Amino acid sequence: MTNVKLGAPPTEHSFVADEAAAVQSQLSRQRLRSAWMFLTPMILVLALVAGWPLVKTIWFSFTDASLDDLAGANFVGFRNYLEYVDYGDGEGEYFGLLVDPNWWNAVWNTVYYAAISVTIETVLGLVFALVLNAEFRGRAWVRAAVLIPWAIPTIVSAKMWAWMMNDQFGILNDMLMSVGILSQPIAWTANPSTAMIAVIIVDVWKTTPFMALLILAGLQMVPGDIYEAAKIDGIHPVKVFWKVTLPLIRPAILVAVIFRALDALRVFDLIYVLTPNNTQTKSMSVFAQENLFQFDKFSYGSAASTLLFLVIAMITLVYIKAAKLEFEGGR
Amino acid sequence: MKSMKLWFALAAGVALISGPASAVELSIVSGATGQDIEDIRAGIAAYEKQTGNTVKIVEMPNSSTDQFGQYRLWLSAGNPDIDVYRTDVVWAPQLAAHFVDLSDAAKDIAGQNIPSIIESQKVEGKLVALPMFADAPALYYRKDLLEKYGMEPPKTWAELEKDAKQILEKEGDSGLNGFVFQGAPYEGLTCNGLEWVASHGGGQIVEPDGEITINNDKAVAALKQAAGWIGTIAPQGVLSYQEEEARGVWQTGKAIFMRNWPYAYALSQSGESAVKDKFAVVPLPAGEGGNPAACLGGYNLAVSKYSRHPDDAVELVKFLTSADAQKDRAIRSAKLPTIGSVYEDPEVAKAQPIVAQWKDVVTNAVARPSAPTKKQYNEVSKDFWTAVNETLAGRGSAEENLKQLDRQLKRLKRGGWE
Repeated sequence: MTNVKLGAPPTEHSFVADEAAAVQSQLSRQRLRSAWMFLTPMILVLALVAGWPLVKTIWFSFTDASLDDLAGANFVGFRNYLEYVDYGDGEGEYFGLLVDPNWWNAVWNTVYYAAISVTIETVLGLVFALVLNAEFRGRAWVRAAVLIPWAIPTIVSAKMWAWMMNDQFGILNDMLMSVGILSQPIAWTANPSTAMIAVIIVDVWKTTPFMALLILAGLQMVPGDIYEAAKIDGIHPVKVFWKVTLPLIRPAILVAVIFRALDALRVFDLIYVLTPNNTQTKSMSVFAQENLFQFDKFSYGSAASTLLFLVIAMITLVYIKAAKLEFEGGR
Repeated sequence: MKSMKLWFALAAGVALISGPASAVELSIVSGATGQDIEDIRAGIAAYEKQTGNTVKIVEMPNSSTDQFGQYRLWLSAGNPDIDVYRTDVVWAPQLAAHFVDLSDAAKDIAGQNIPSIIESQKVEGKLVALPMFADAPALYYRKDLLEKYGMEPPKTWAELEKDAKQILEKEGDSGLNGFVFQGAPYEGLTCNGLEWVASHGGGQIVEPDGEITINNDKAVAALKQAAGWIGTIAPQGVLSYQEEEARGVWQTGKAIFMRNWPYAYALSQSGESAVKDKFAVVPLPAGEGGNPAACLGGYNLAVSKYSRHPDDAVELVKFLTSADAQKDRAIRSAKLPTIGSVYEDPEVAKAQPIVAQWKDVVTNAVARPSAPTKKQYNEVSKDFWTAVNETLAGRGSAEENLKQLDRQLKRLKRGGWE
């Protein structure tokens, strides 16, 4: 923002500069003050609902807290993360989250799930968005209809799919068998080799509309005259897509992917309802919940939550770096 | 004189209006398997009539694992909204700190209960909860099918396997399953697994003195046998079945045998059931060289320490666990009484024959190792059901999985159970 004093009489150069600086600093001070005034409530709320629990969780991960007695927690250092217990005679064992195979299994499950489901959702979402971006009759209706899976609460859709995937009464097996793809019913959620696939299917069904919507928003920012120009030049539509559309909507896709990836990395509800307690699909959040509330290991669960936070933060940072995303508003 | 009468009427009116205001509103929280909620509702109706208090029922999902997580959270937060909790028989040591000691209040009732059941609810001398009903599973079998092929109900797991295979082969119906049970990874599988292991003489996972005994040849043999059922007499999907999924398959006539709790008896005999009058129950089969073992289940009522009306809540608990209430539930939905005398009641025997037959099974039922493993029981149970589920699913052999389980439990125990 430049500050021009309107109607100021033409004077000496140095004087103008001085006065301008004074006006600017006074004005910017004022602006700064009102900015803080507007921001303070939000910062307070964020600190209260996000900052405080985070700090508290990290603190609990360094204690021996039990859910029955949170106030009586004692500081125990890194014991929840890693501890060597000496049995004497040179024998001993490592304990703690960092050497817990169940934890690393949960980390692997989560990353695997996030990578596969977000990739499929991005590709499908892009296809949907391209279709929805085209002019055709009843487009408004189709757009609304596509959003339905996204609008259904996850718990409801997970339960719904659990019944559809039931080995005895499920409609999915029935349909696949009557078309001849399957010769006998699959127990989708029970079979260790299909449990993760089942989770990914439901997630793709549910979240593709969200991706499509975000990418569609990006598509609509592309000015129509570019396409017109390409058309006049006689460029093949496939080439137009790769050379014109994709580069222009790249920022929109990258942002959509990070939104989804963050969501997928902290997945809880879908897995908890569709395949409860299944080792093949247990995610980091499910692991943390289990230790926090099912077992008497509140501090261990807090440690898992803290690592979950760190893992997500790290993946996000690496992604932002790799994708060269700019959040500074630079053009 | 006339004005006097009017005065009386007015006073009576005021008394009537102000009457309910002094009455208390209580809440009770319970899981909802089968007719659990209807049962509680019926009991509460009688209580409300007698006392003028009102009771609100808060319904929970039917997996006891899910219920526990929620209850623990509420109790740790000191939530005063729930007065009475319906607790699983294995929860007492883990939640004892949050419940009112019922020893004094239940002096007269406690003695009427089957000793092993009331003992299971005592933690360091504190009576944490009062037993509402007991549970001990049964083997449900299709009388019509077994008679058709001249078979007796199986006495051993091997017989069950053989019979199921034969009937499946001869019936040639691809929609029919041999045996359904609870194979999903959750608390129910700990019960099923414990029954297989204990009936082979393989111990109780962790013995009452705290020793970990699960890694033995008999336990391996038991799990090997059970793993052999998957895909042959039991459907693949059994690995995700809880009680209600198993009952769903059974009650639509799609299974020859089912392992389930007695609640399924009343429902299988109800109007729209496809197996009505076509089935019977026997105690679970025995393993090779062992005796039949039934896992002790059941639910209790506990009063929250954070209740605003603890005295009324204790009264409600006593009312719902009384002999009359237990008899009513036995008749309505075949819930097994914890008070011995109710088993002998002729009305119960007539309405639900299974109840009268089940007293011995309940009295001799095997307890899950919740007492020796104390607050770590849930994790012990999770490690066990995971090992069993993985063995059933064919991920690792029974030997490997039990060896690994043994290692895990030893790590968990470290210096001792706490």
